[in-house]
Amino acid sequence: MRKVYNKISQIVGNVITVKAPGVAYEELAEITTRRNKSLAQVIKMEGDMVSLQVFAGSRGVSINDEVRFLGHPMQVTFSDDMLGRIFDGAGNPRDKGPLLTENLIPVAGPSVNPSKRIIPRKMIRTNIPMIDVFNSLVVSQKLPIFSVSGEPYNELLARIALQAEVDMIILGGIGLKYDEYMNFKNVLEKGGALTRSIFFMNTASDPIVESLMVPDLSLAVAEKFALKGKEVLVLLTDMTNFADAMKEIAITMEQVPSNRGYPGDLYSQLAARYEKAVDFEGAGSITILAVTTMPGDDVTHPVPDNTGYITEGQFYLHNGYIDPFGSLSRLKQQVNSAEKSRKDHRAIMDGMIQLYAQYMETEEKRSMGFRMSNWDQKLLKYGGLFRNQMMDLSVNIPLEEALDRGWQILAECFTSEETRLRTELIQEFWPTNGK
Amino acid sequence: MNQNFGKIVGINGNMISVAFDGNIMQNEVAFILHGDERLKSEVVRIGDGVSFLQVFESTKGIKVGASVEFSGELLSVQLGPGLLGQVFDGLQNPLPELAEEYGFFLPRGVSLKALDDSHKWVFTPKVKKGDTVVSGTALGHVPEGIFEHAIMVPFHFQGEYTVEEIVSAGDYVLTDTLVKLKDERGNIHEISMTFNWPVKIPIEAYRDKIVPTEPLITQARIIDTFFPVAKGGTFCIPGPFGAGKTVLQHIISRYAEVDIVIVAACGERAGEVVEVLREFPELIDPRTGKSLMERTIIICNTSSMPVAAREASVYTAVTLGEYYRQMGLDVLLLADSTSRWAQAMRELSGRLEEIPGEEAFPAYLESRIAEFYERSGLVELNDGRISSLTIGGTVSPAGGNFEEPVTQSTLKVVGAFLGLSRDRANARRFPAIHPLESWSKYSSFIPKDITDEARDVLRRGSDVNQMMMVVGEEGTSIEDFALYLKSELLDSVYLQQNAFDKVDAATNDKRQKYIFENVHKVLKTEFPFDSKDDARSFFNRLRQAFIDWNYIDMDSAQFKEQQESIEKLIEEQSGNEKSL
Repeated sequence: MRKVYNKISQIVGNVITVKAPGVAYEELAEITTRRNKSLAQVIKMEGDMVSLQVFAGSRGVSINDEVRFLGHPMQVTFSDDMLGRIFDGAGNPRDKGPLLTENLIPVAGPSVNPSKRIIPRKMIRTNIPMIDVFNSLVVSQKLPIFSVSGEPYNELLARIALQAEVDMIILGGIGLKYDEYMNFKNVLEKGGALTRSIFFMNTASDPIVESLMVPDLSLAVAEKFALKGKEVLVLLTDMTNFADAMKEIAITMEQVPSNRGYPGDLYSQLAARYEKAVDFEGAGSITILAVTTMPGDDVTHPVPDNTGYITEGQFYLHNGYIDPFGSLSRLKQQVNSAEKSRKDHRAIMDGMIQLYAQYMETEEKRSMGFRMSNWDQKLLKYGGLFRNQMMDLSVNIPLEEALDRGWQILAECFTSEETRLRTELIQEFWPTNGK
Repeated sequence: MNQNFGKIVGINGNMISVAFDGNIMQNEVAFILHGDERLKSEVVRIGDGVSFLQVFESTKGIKVGASVEFSGELLSVQLGPGLLGQVFDGLQNPLPELAEEYGFFLPRGVSLKALDDSHKWVFTPKVKKGDTVVSGTALGHVPEGIFEHAIMVPFHFQGEYTVEEIVSAGDYVLTDTLVKLKDERGNIHEISMTFNWPVKIPIEAYRDKIVPTEPLITQARIIDTFFPVAKGGTFCIPGPFGAGKTVLQHIISRYAEVDIVIVAACGERAGEVVEVLREFPELIDPRTGKSLMERTIIICNTSSMPVAAREASVYTAVTLGEYYRQMGLDVLLLADSTSRWAQAMRELSGRLEEIPGEEAFPAYLESRIAEFYERSGLVELNDGRISSLTIGGTVSPAGGNFEEPVTQSTLKVVGAFLGLSRDRANARRFPAIHPLESWSKYSSFIPKDITDEARDVLRRGSDVNQMMMVVGEEGTSIEDFALYLKSELLDSVYLQQNAFDKVDAATNDKRQKYIFENVHKVLKTEFPFDSKDDARSFFNRLRQAFIDWNYIDMDSAQFKEQQESIEKLIEEQSGNEKSL
């Protein structure tokens, strides 16, 4: 039996309060206004007074609008029919396709028992050398892309979606600009990847409360597919918008803010989402790649800061390049050893980065007007080649080819001793047609 | 039993308000009855007819009007043999058993017994009829892995008791009555192998607390030589993300020379616990020849597990630590991370609508942190044995800024500060403990005046380095340049340690003394150099020689050979002086 009430006693921000005995915490309700219907979720109960956050926002809600409680918390449909479909932040189709109502599953389910987790062991190849060679993405990893507005992070995400070696992609868009959403759609469509993708898309013009549901919907569906044996890659962009939406609700609810207005549970809330990344032994897996834009390019801002403590490394996207120094995949050691990858993988990874670091120092010296030695000249040449042939995001080659190219670049710039690489590797891999 | 029930009148996240009319107690445990589920919660505030409870699980689907059963007990853990090698959640539910029963996910509202009641333990009595005992007296023992697990008089027993009856040696299960004790009034108390203890109350069944002096060898050179930790002392490891806090804790938990290590993974990544979970059973403890897991207990309440249980997890961990300390053992508790625990307090405080302190942390943050660290200590037990509980906590300061409240409150109460630096981590200088900013109030096995000399070289070397950034190498005198190279040598061959190398990962005190003496000799030697390139190339060679030395087993013949070649290098260079 569903309960219907039509006396809203308070509207503050996007939160309404209604007298409704007998409802459950986090239960959903449907509010019918003159113009539309919207879902709302119970976020606080005091006696019979129930506060709900209205997904479509409270604009246009009048105090005698009908509030109908649905008797269940947030759910989402789950079936193979979802592939290739696009949904909004409330879980409704936004692609004019049929409504899917069967097989509803709850969102934001319990967390995985840590003793059932396994040590990560498999690389996800993306054909982007800065990832595959230098900071490999690993199955079950959670990794943010730290960036600033204006950087091509969504293009990078789209390319990874297109090329990553996974069974399916779930894209969660949070406050995404409409043209960026269309760009994702077009890229995946053109690349033929749309049929293995599911979108949960909340654009900047959609209600902000709905954006709060996007990660949960995406991850709940991902979890079900993973349990059925699928390797799922979840892409979320932009998690800073998610945190900002949380901030807005928290302040409306008069919660004591902790740091720059964000609620005190920001860490726990982000962790509850990121920790959904998992490799189920004997079934599939979830890997999460999420964009976190840093307001003012400040990594100590609460959102990137809390994210960094949760995730297993980070990619920095700066000036259109994945920064080889700040970026780190904490799990790469599990997959780039001689047994799991090519035996020169680690040597190339460390060696090329060390030389690139020396190049950066030389570059600094040059800009200060110091005289360039012979060695400096070599480094300058190396830096340019490394940038153009490895770091450039348009480079699109498999891992092995990238390693070969690494040797080629080294041979073009240095003698083999100058690279400080191990002799046995040089004997095997040093290009003989070099110089 | 007199059951006491209340009714939910409000829900806000994991905080519920409950109307009651019976007698309830601050911090008592209560259960929300929701269908078949019993959600554990704890009373955190009592008002007039309404109390506030923090719920240790998700409150999704709970309704106003639901019944709450008050237990009359404080939040407690079960003590007894069988704790070692276990993996518990913050409320002492064994996680592997939960996984066996419920699969991949952690179900809500279930709890399992912490210890197995069907396991037979071989009990050997130690006291006899007529003996007088007090709380904490060992009545007998059972073998638990590599230890003799003492079966003690429960710690809440006050006054003296007489042993009325004790069973003979043999196999018993946890709950069998082993001993009957008579108190001064003539009442009989039955003692089994197990009893409960409230986690927020320190166990103090010892004669005296004494000042920690003996160093606890962690086998990390920079810690043991420069910023030592004492047995029974406290230390903290603050650092920004990516500076290697957790790796450092793992290293310490692996190599520290103590009897028992308790790892409290509090609100951090589940993946990191998995490494401990999967690797420790395979690793052999060189001191005992047994698996490392046999001396380890893991309390695991990772970031996505319920927040209130995270708050409980550090107390659970410290209580287990105190319990083993009562048996005369040296225990090390590593809490990773205390900031997550403080954040859990902050969330709770916010929901109680308390007036916030700095960065919205509650005003009692500092006293809670102090209380926690004060549970460490070197103690003299009632039978005169000395045992210790050492506590080390990581701190994850927001934005890597040590000025924030959790770091500052922690610094006030700990005996050693091992501050991690992002710059050192970025430069891949691990462990990334900052050699100039860190400090310790404990003393090392190397005399302080010698380590002070070495630190002075580091400080002056760092000054020279700063200056060189401005004036360039050209503007630096060759003496200053040599000083800078010496400080770099000390840093790279002694302060830094390769955690992935079998030998270099752990350096015991004997070897530390030996190596340090040699490094110190270099620092004290004046080398004449013709040019800066000359100096650089000499120190490069010397560095390589020392690093190679670090990778050689101390007992092997090569060790001496390598030492000789180092000495030769030094002599050749300094000998130049005489010939000039």
